[in-house]
Amino acid sequence: MEVISSELAQRAEQVRRSLDEHVREMVLWHFSPETGSPFWLEFAEKLDFDPRREIGGFDDLKILGHFQDEWLRGGPVRRWVPKALADKPLYVFETGGSTGVPKSRVNIEDFQRDYEIFGDNLSDETFPKGADWLMLGPTGPRRLRLAIEHLAQYRGGISFFVDLDPRWVQKLIRMGRPHDLELYKSHTVDQALTILRAHPNIKCIFTTPKLLEALCEKIDLVKQGITGIFCGGTEMNRQFNRFAREELVPGIDFVPTYGNTLMGLASPKPFDRADDYAITYYPPTPRALFEIVDPDDLDKTVEYGQRGRVLLTTLTREFFMPRFAERDEGVRAEPCEKYPWDGVRDLGLYAKLKSSVVVGVY
Amino acid sequence: MLHIPLLRGGKPYRSMNVATLNHVRTGEPVAEVSLANSGLISRDLRNVKQHQQRLQEIPVREILEICRKAATLFGEADLPIDPVAGTTQSYDDYLKQLSSTTGMPLALCRINAEKIRFVMQNMERVLGGLTRGVDVEVLDRGFVDQDDRLLSYIREADSLGAVLPSNSPGVHSLWIPALAMKVPLVIKPGGLEPWSPFRIGQALVAAGLPAEAFGFYPTDHNGASQILLSTDRSMIFGDKGTVASWVDDPRVQIHGPGWSKVVFGADRAPHWREHLDLVSISVAENGGRACLNSSGIWMPSHGRELAEALAERLAAIPARDLDDPEARLAAFPVPEVARRISEYVDTQLQIPGAVDLTAKLRPEGRVAEVGGCTFLLPTVIWLDDPTHPLAETELLFPFATVAEVPQDELIEGIKETLVVTALTGDRAFQQELMQARNIDRLNLAEVPTSRISWDQPHEGNLFEHLYRQRAFQNAVPA
Repeated sequence: MEVISSELAQRAEQVRRSLDEHVREMVLWHFSPETGSPFWLEFAEKLDFDPRREIGGFDDLKILGHFQDEWLRGGPVRRWVPKALADKPLYVFETGGSTGVPKSRVNIEDFQRDYEIFGDNLSDETFPKGADWLMLGPTGPRRLRLAIEHLAQYRGGISFFVDLDPRWVQKLIRMGRPHDLELYKSHTVDQALTILRAHPNIKCIFTTPKLLEALCEKIDLVKQGITGIFCGGTEMNRQFNRFAREELVPGIDFVPTYGNTLMGLASPKPFDRADDYAITYYPPTPRALFEIVDPDDLDKTVEYGQRGRVLLTTLTREFFMPRFAERDEGVRAEPCEKYPWDGVRDLGLYAKLKSSVVVGVY
Repeated sequence: MLHIPLLRGGKPYRSMNVATLNHVRTGEPVAEVSLANSGLISRDLRNVKQHQQRLQEIPVREILEICRKAATLFGEADLPIDPVAGTTQSYDDYLKQLSSTTGMPLALCRINAEKIRFVMQNMERVLGGLTRGVDVEVLDRGFVDQDDRLLSYIREADSLGAVLPSNSPGVHSLWIPALAMKVPLVIKPGGLEPWSPFRIGQALVAAGLPAEAFGFYPTDHNGASQILLSTDRSMIFGDKGTVASWVDDPRVQIHGPGWSKVVFGADRAPHWREHLDLVSISVAENGGRACLNSSGIWMPSHGRELAEALAERLAAIPARDLDDPEARLAAFPVPEVARRISEYVDTQLQIPGAVDLTAKLRPEGRVAEVGGCTFLLPTVIWLDDPTHPLAETELLFPFATVAEVPQDELIEGIKETLVVTALTGDRAFQQELMQARNIDRLNLAEVPTSRISWDQPHEGNLFEHLYRQRAFQNAVPA
């Protein structure tokens, strides 16, 4: 286990104190009739306490139980919009690549803020301001499409897009059609090659591990002039991190990411050879937090260095999501210099869900 | 802990993704196996043409000599496991490790290892069988003059992918000849059985084979798909569901369930007692785990009598400790799987038309626990109704159904069958069997279905999978 400096411990404590303040502010916002959303106001009516009185800090969020993502399936989606924001233009984003009635999250500006925070952590040398981007991955009804575009614009660039429909990919996997899957992957990668070759100002790429592998089979991205790659999705693990850095894109700034529509976008701890390719992610606290907990007792946080299930909490004015049990597990990581709060390392699918979820989609 | 690396173009590589293999009996870790991510495999496959060229440059006679030497090394030498860690493996280590993670008794591991050694030792004979006697130099020159005819073959693949099973090490004898045919290998070993392919590769390399000809990639389902998609020719072993996606791809040779059977003609059925040894060997040899093992006995008469006698014979095979020289049954690495299989059989038995004749002979049940391991005891089912779902069931232990069917309905009734041993002297019936396209290997002889001759094709001929005969003229006719 890492030993953190006392100075870092102090900063972590400060973060913690300001987090409690942020929690109080958010609870007040979401549970006040003037500002809160119909969903949370109705939720509060069924409680035998007033959250605004009882919740004094982060630890008190436990009394609300765990957010259930099933609540996000189906409509009306406007019940999630805080009254104070009701006249703003709304976006609705769907999560993941699953089929059936999708889970939806309404958004106003959160996705832009989240990607700006992430963008501020990118290197100006390898993700140059003014450079253009290629986004090769799932677009459609997902947050990702507009978010990457906003990130590119925020850094002065334009984003080109090639879409991959993860729902079709899942269907092909379920139907046992690897040849069709390969054909679809080639179709996607071929379009990306055309765009890359036609637009030399593209220096930055967002894509998924599988598509990056496929792209690198066809083109040397270093020679193509790519300097920064921002990569996320299933299969982003220690081995892929090493493989990407050593073989696929050596010399290119490779930035793994973890995120979803329900939280913001987590940033990786800056690459350090001493970490042996382990990827540690830090959420954009206080807007979002990770807790790594005992899978059999979600109220019990595991020790640093121990593996547990990931609980996500999102605390913005647009969205309140207390302690949602993610489908992922990971190792609780110590605060670091750049991000003085808890992170998560060695993420993987929660073991008990492994048999029921199609992974490796994109 | 012992680590088994990937072999990337022959070079050992330690992955950050590993699978731990546990001891079937103790549950203790035996080894860590590096796992390849699928992109790593496709990246390496870009180099197979060069790897093939290295093999191409070596005269086939020299490769045959390498195979002979490798046979000896396989059976005797200390061979490397992880050169970085300096670990090695003796032949006895190999047998013990193989037994410990697959649950196959040591005695059966030894018999299977001998099959592997035999094929390497006799590679020339195996090649002769697969090429039907074409001069092996055709592999060096691309053509030979045989009986005053020019005979030319073109190689169709720069590599052979092999997605292998864990059930029985004998199957490895099927892909080794590819190397003698100058086609490098890209192996995905079975999840519990990296041992045999790894040792075969190490023996061949120690005997002089270029290391880059032997790619070894333990991996997941995605990686296996990558191998099958990216190699010019491949083979896949697995159950019906595993192979289903590949049956329409002519580049992939399918080794699915065997549904092998012993079939009696009306003439021999009354004499079933004379064949009981053959039938019981066919069902139970090698722990009943191979696609070659009979899962059905079909006969026009006397079925029930044979079934009762077979049940008595097989029920006498006890579960024994894996180290016991007399052990003939394999343990299930995951005990829950054994229980689920047994429950499945019991559920199917609820459908009228089938009765477990072994059940009354062992009141303690089909699942046995001996020496800390879980076994399924041999099971013989009598089918009143030959269309009962159990008639098309093949399981990973000695399991067979016996059915009575009129001789003229028998061939159609057995459906797709890998090996048929037909016991009949009826010439007309023999001819019908000869012409039945639903039968792959046919024994018109007193040969158990589980015993095969390595110089005969198996579920397709490897030489024909890798080479195509082509028209060739190399001189202007006089």
